[in-house]
Amino acid sequence: MTRHLKVDERAHRDRLEEMVQGVIGEPLDRPEGQLKVSGRAPYAMDDLPEGCCHGVLVRSTIAKGALAGLDIDQVVALPGIRAVVTDKRLTKNPAQGMAGKAPAQGPEDIIYFGQPVALVVADTFEQARHGAQILGRRFEAESDVALNPDDPNAEIETPKKKQSSMGDLDKAIREAHFAIDETYTTPGHASAAMEPHASVASWDGDKLTLHGSYQMLHFNRAELADALNIDEEKVRIVATYVGGGFGSKLGIAPEGVAAAIASKQLGVPVAVAMTRQNVFEMVLRRSETEQHIRLAADEEGRLTGIGHEALVSNVPGEKFSEPVTQATPFLYRGENRVIGHRIARIHRTPAGSVRAPGEAVGLTALEIALDELAVASGLDPVELRLRNIPDKDPSQDIPFSSHTLAEALMTGADRFGWKTREPKPRSMREGEWLIGLGMASAARVNMLIESKARVTLARNGSALVETDMTDIGTGTYAVLTQVAAEMLGLPVSRVQTRLGDTDLPPASGSGGSFGASSNGTAVFLACEEIRRQLCERLECDPDELTLKDGHAVVGNRRIPIDEVMGGKDIVAEGHVEPGDAEDKVRQATYGSYFAEVAVNAVTGESRVRRMLGVFAAGRILNAKTARSQCIGGMTFGIGMALTEELIHDRRDGHIVNRDFAEYHLPVNADVPQIEVVLLEERDPWANPLQAKGIGELGICGAAAAVVNAIYNATGVRIRHLPATLDKVLSGLEDEDQS
Amino acid sequence: MQTQLQINGRGYALNADPRTTLLDALRNHLGLAGSKKGCDHGQCGACTVLVNGRRINACLTLACMHDGDEIVTIEGLGEPGRLSPLQQAFVNHDGFQCGYCTPGQICSATAMLAEIEAGWPSNVTQDVAGAPELTPEEVSERMSGNLCRCSAYPNIVDAIMDVAKGKRT
Repeated sequence: MTRHLKVDERAHRDRLEEMVQGVIGEPLDRPEGQLKVSGRAPYAMDDLPEGCCHGVLVRSTIAKGALAGLDIDQVVALPGIRAVVTDKRLTKNPAQGMAGKAPAQGPEDIIYFGQPVALVVADTFEQARHGAQILGRRFEAESDVALNPDDPNAEIETPKKKQSSMGDLDKAIREAHFAIDETYTTPGHASAAMEPHASVASWDGDKLTLHGSYQMLHFNRAELADALNIDEEKVRIVATYVGGGFGSKLGIAPEGVAAAIASKQLGVPVAVAMTRQNVFEMVLRRSETEQHIRLAADEEGRLTGIGHEALVSNVPGEKFSEPVTQATPFLYRGENRVIGHRIARIHRTPAGSVRAPGEAVGLTALEIALDELAVASGLDPVELRLRNIPDKDPSQDIPFSSHTLAEALMTGADRFGWKTREPKPRSMREGEWLIGLGMASAARVNMLIESKARVTLARNGSALVETDMTDIGTGTYAVLTQVAAEMLGLPVSRVQTRLGDTDLPPASGSGGSFGASSNGTAVFLACEEIRRQLCERLECDPDELTLKDGHAVVGNRRIPIDEVMGGKDIVAEGHVEPGDAEDKVRQATYGSYFAEVAVNAVTGESRVRRMLGVFAAGRILNAKTARSQCIGGMTFGIGMALTEELIHDRRDGHIVNRDFAEYHLPVNADVPQIEVVLLEERDPWANPLQAKGIGELGICGAAAAVVNAIYNATGVRIRHLPATLDKVLSGLEDEDQS
Repeated sequence: MQTQLQINGRGYALNADPRTTLLDALRNHLGLAGSKKGCDHGQCGACTVLVNGRRINACLTLACMHDGDEIVTIEGLGEPGRLSPLQQAFVNHDGFQCGYCTPGQICSATAMLAEIEAGWPSNVTQDVAGAPELTPEEVSERMSGNLCRCSAYPNIVDAIMDVAKGKRT
């Protein structure tokens, strides 16, 4: 039996609150934790089948043109080489998130430097790697190729439906008491999940099984089937453990399609892992952005206008464009508004989703601009934001489902000791180090995605949750276990959760912070159906049934659940779909960041000393995993603020810093003991769990808190991220001269 | 090429291409896939194992160079139900999310604590001649060769400090 829900209305009951097992929200250890810390959790490449061959991808070394030829004979003559695969179905780049169909295919037509053009397959990895390294390639490169967003020959698209305006912003700026008009830039970013993309393909007749590192399995299955031109039913994808994603594993990627083609061609299982350099070049990057922000405020610091116009990039033909301004229409008040969005068509590694597409970079720039307005108006940055929280969505004239920004700002200011901050830059110094405090708001749109899950309450009184949902480190194993345990009144030790297999009911997948609440709702619905069937057996009203510690309590009866089952399992499916609710109200999550940064006056080095995040995302399903997600997001923010930057050679577009020695992720010593406060909230409009997404909220503006702290420490305003030493030092010199 | 490896107290006869790294030998030839490959260039630390008690990046050394060496991998430190104190502390403190860098983090931390015990200074040690103090700063500094993109760093430090304090008391 399936329990279906289309979320058109707010939830009128808080069902989880009515339950009594007491596990929802608790800081439960991850159920899969013991496997992970002992090296027993099998990731895509960890359990190679007998006789498995290895494949290594070969890349293009031009940005645009044609593959004229490959010196295949020389390579296949080497020991152990099985084949050089050049099938026309090989993909150029990964599918975008939720594409559900094959990405651009055909290795002979080159659209970016680093694009895969062939797969060398051999008995061993060492043989395949050698073959791939020496494979001669000939290209016919085109001239006058647009490689940089500011190249004169770069075609600039201005899609009509991505532009909007209301009121008269120009007039508001002219009449403003305080105005800001600045341009900010952020460079491209890499998701850089620790597990490189990897797939192991094996065929049984016309049926393909792919063990892959992917985030959204039923979409990936459709994408892979489409790429291979076979029926979806013939494809099974397994991803029990995924070594991080951050958006990079949303869509089927070149290694997965290549492994499947090679395995079919050779009649043996084939494993293909991208090298780290492949990952940088062939996996969707976050677009660099140029953001023109205009703010108009009255003498009280109340915003009368906001303009946010962005330029991003992608290769020709890719629909995705970084939704930079996603939170701008609703975060702050202001009657006069302009949203602009332009896309430069250039031949660089294609752009796609990286953790919190949109807000991660868009809110960062907006929150730096707000800090500039605070300086201009002489208002405290927290107070300035408090004055500008709108009563309803100012762009759509609809109410907020819930709104916690004010509480997050005040709680954060209080916890962090914000009132000790000196507003004047360079007020605090410890030897060579200039100390500053900065803050920013956090906001992220909330989404619900169609999702299914199956729950079995077994005759022995244990439960099994099954869905093709993934756990990419997000805590899915923990939170789904907790939802089922709470709803069925079982200790968590009696609930098992199986994930990551397309043989199981299709879930939302992991992305956009929607996984836990969407798939958690599907589990919730399945459990509601089980409860209904239990009521039938117990001949009681749903409101009379209490389930706790493996017992059903009805009136004055307390019966062990296995007795109620009567030797039969109950199997139920939950199915949730988004509905009208998302149009009736504006749903979002909010928070605040506070950072203390020390800037070395001699070297320009910035060190984050303390950082606090206060977040509200509806009901928190697991306080431990939610906190870890927030810490992870804020650390992405530290990287964005200080070190992370994809650098492209302007002559051919290639990524110069395509490894961890040159693309600088924050390391342990770069990250202080970050503090996280999760605010108590319920959002009845979101879903029956009243939970919202939290996986990305931690990055949405975090970098601005760091950059604003650098300003408070030094008086140097960084508008072009990251705040590397050269920028800070030259700013310090300018400050000294003025 | 024949190599005798002593791994987790057990002998293994490896017959592999001389180009095979210790990491690929463990993962592709010996069924010990706990050690992970994150970069294959010694830049991420996911492949950290202990060779004769010292932590090294298994991707940066060839298997055939370790004939007779005592190697300990994550599988040798503990198993579900019998975790090492560090492994248990990582679970308790959520010192990981996706878990991919975790075997390397835990092998690294195991050797790192021994390094502090042996009095090795680090870049943040104030008095390089004296015994290094066990502080979160020391732990952070010494664990910075192990990247974690999920960024469990604060929890990793808490987990390690827990175990280290337990040892000292």
